[in-house]
Amino acid sequence: MKPVFMTYTKKDLINLAVCMVLSVLVIPTFITTEYWYTSILIPWLCLALATIGQQIVMGYTGQLALGAAGFMAAGAFAMFNLILRVPDLGFVGSLIVSGLIAAAFGILFGLPSLKVRGIYLMVATLASQFFIIWMIDKFGWFKNYDSSGIITAQDIVILGKPFTTPLAMYFVCLAVTTVLTLLAMNMARGSTGRNWMAVRDMDIAAESMGVSLLRTKVQAFAISAFYCGVAGALFAFCYLKSLEPVAFDIKLSFKILFMCILGGLGTINGAFIGAAFILLFPVLLNAIGNNVFHGAIDATIISSIEQVIFGGLMIIFMIYEPLGMAKLWENIKQKWKTKIPSSTNLKSSLGKKT
Amino acid sequence: MVEELLFFMEVLVGGLLAGTMYSLVALGFVLIFKASATFNFSQGAMVFFSVLAFVGFMQDFNIPFVLAFILAALLMVVVGLCTERFVLRPLMNASEDTVLMATIGLGYVLEGLAQAAWGVEVRRLDLGIGDFPVPWIADNLKLFISALDITAGLVAAIMIIGLFLLFKYTKIGLGLRAVADDAGAASSIGIPLKHIMLLVWSAAGVVALVAGCMWGARAGVQFALVDLALKALPVLIIGGFSSIPGAIIGGLIIGAVEKVLEVYIGPFFGGAIEGWAPYVLAIFFLLYRPEGLFGEKIIRRV
Repeated sequence: MKPVFMTYTKKDLINLAVCMVLSVLVIPTFITTEYWYTSILIPWLCLALATIGQQIVMGYTGQLALGAAGFMAAGAFAMFNLILRVPDLGFVGSLIVSGLIAAAFGILFGLPSLKVRGIYLMVATLASQFFIIWMIDKFGWFKNYDSSGIITAQDIVILGKPFTTPLAMYFVCLAVTTVLTLLAMNMARGSTGRNWMAVRDMDIAAESMGVSLLRTKVQAFAISAFYCGVAGALFAFCYLKSLEPVAFDIKLSFKILFMCILGGLGTINGAFIGAAFILLFPVLLNAIGNNVFHGAIDATIISSIEQVIFGGLMIIFMIYEPLGMAKLWENIKQKWKTKIPSSTNLKSSLGKKT
Repeated sequence: MVEELLFFMEVLVGGLLAGTMYSLVALGFVLIFKASATFNFSQGAMVFFSVLAFVGFMQDFNIPFVLAFILAALLMVVVGLCTERFVLRPLMNASEDTVLMATIGLGYVLEGLAQAAWGVEVRRLDLGIGDFPVPWIADNLKLFISALDITAGLVAAIMIIGLFLLFKYTKIGLGLRAVADDAGAASSIGIPLKHIMLLVWSAAGVVALVAGCMWGARAGVQFALVDLALKALPVLIIGGFSSIPGAIIGGLIIGAVEKVLEVYIGPFFGGAIEGWAPYVLAIFFLLYRPEGLFGEKIIRRV
C-alpha cells in the first residue's frame, strides 16, 4: 500500500514550497509591524482553518451547516480548561484534545443530517450554536468560576519555551494550519473525500453504490468540528488572547459561512481566499473612509455598507459563479494558459435543479 | 394548589400569546415557500428593515402613523419588486440551496441598508397599546396577560384567516398554488409568474412589517430583531414549511414550551434556556416528523 502522502504531484510540491518560503521566510523578513501579525495574519490563519472545517461539511459533503462558531467556542473553552486542569498535556496535546472534544459535539449535532438536509439541517445546527454558547455561559465550571465574563487566555508554552510575541504566535498558527491544511487536502483527494463528494452530488446514488451515509456524514461532521475546534482554540489563544462566549456568536458563524461560499465551495484554497477577503475588505473600506473622506463617514455607516457589499456579492456570486472566488481564479489561470477548460461535477450539481 | 394552577395558566397563556409573535414572522416564510418553494432566509431581515423604515418615517420625517405605515408597506413592495427582478429571476433554474444562500445574502443587504439609512441605535415604537396586564382580565380571571400579547394574537388571527381565504378561494390563490406546485407548468398555461412572485414577496413584506410592529413595540426596534426572527425557523419545522395553520400552531407550541420550560426548568440551569430550547425541540420534530405537523410529506426523487 502506498503511503498517503505520495499522492502529491510535482506541481503540488512546487506550490507547497512556494507557500512555505513565502510564509516562513518572506513574510517575517519584510513585515515587521506588529499590526499585520496581530490583526491580519493570525486571524486570517485561524479563520481560514475554521473555514476549511466549514468547507468539509458544506463544500465537500453538501450539508448546509451553520454552527461553526459554536464548535470554535467548544474548542477554545476546552483548550482553556485542559491547560488549566491537565497541564501535563502540553499545548499541542491540549490543542488536539480540544479539537476532539469539539468533534464529539460535531457528531452529536451532526446526527440530524442523517434524516434531513437543506434548511432543516441548518436549523438543527443552529441548535448547536445556541446550545454550546449557552452551556459555556451558564455553567461556571467552564469559565473556572470567573465572574467578570472575560477570561484572559493562558500564555502559549511549547516544550518549555514561551510563544508570546506576535511573530512567535504567527508561527504557531502557521504550523498548525499548514499541517491541518495538508491533511484536509489529502482527505479530500483520497477515498474519504470521494465519499463526501458522492454524498454531496447524489446521496441516494452514493448509498446504492455502497457508500455508508451514516459513516460518511458523521465523519464529515466530526472532522469539520475538529477543524473548527482547533481553529477556535487558536483564535482565542493567539488572536483574542481572551475567552468570552460572546466572541463566538451567530455572527461569527455567518462570517465563516460567507468565507466558505464567497471563497469557493468545495475547494481548500477557497477557504484561504474567502477568509482573506472577508478580513481585508473591511480594513480596506475603513482606510478609504479615513483617507478619501477623512472620517466624514461614520464608522457605523461604513460597517453597514460593508454588510451590503458582502450580501450583494453573495447574490452576485450565486447568480454568476456559484463556485466562488477560487473558481474565478481558476478561470483566470485557464485563460492565461489557454488550455482546455476542465469540467467539474460540482457546478452542475450546484447550478441546476436536481 | 389553585394558586399554582393559576400561575401555570398564566405562564402558558403568556407563552401562547408570545408564540403568535413568532407565528407572524413564520407566516412570511410560509407565504414565499408556498408560492415559490424558496426558503427565504431574509424574512427576519425584512422584519427589521420594514419596521425600522416605518419608525424612521415617523420619527425623522414626522409623518403621521397611518401614512408612515402605508409608505413602509409601499417600500416593502419595492423591495419585493427588486428581489423578484434582481435575485429570483436570474436564479430561476438554480438549486434550492443556491437560492437559499442568495437569500442569506439578501438578508445581509437589507440589514446593512436599514442601518445605513436609519442608524444603529435602538428606537422606541409606540403603538398606543401598552405592554402591561389588562386590568379587566387581571381582576376577573386572576391572570396577568399583556394587552400587547392579546393584540398580537388578534392580528395574527385576522391575518391567518385573510391569507387562508386568499389561498383557498380566490383566483390569485389558485395561481399561487399552481406556481408552487410546478412553476414551469404554471407559466405554460398562462399564469403570470412575474406578477405572482411580486405579489407574494410584497405580501410577505407587509406581513414582515406587521410582525415588526409587534416585536418593535415590545423589545424596541433594534438589530436583535433579526436574531429573534431566527426563531421562526423552528416554528416552521414544527408546523411545516408549506402550511399557514402550521405556522400558527408551531408558533403557539414554541411560545408555550419555551415559556413553561424557562419558568419551571430554567432556574435549575441558570435560566435563558429559551435561547436554544426551540431549536432542540425542532431537532426532535426533525427526527420523528421531518415534514412538520401540517407539512406535505417530503418526497425526494432519485
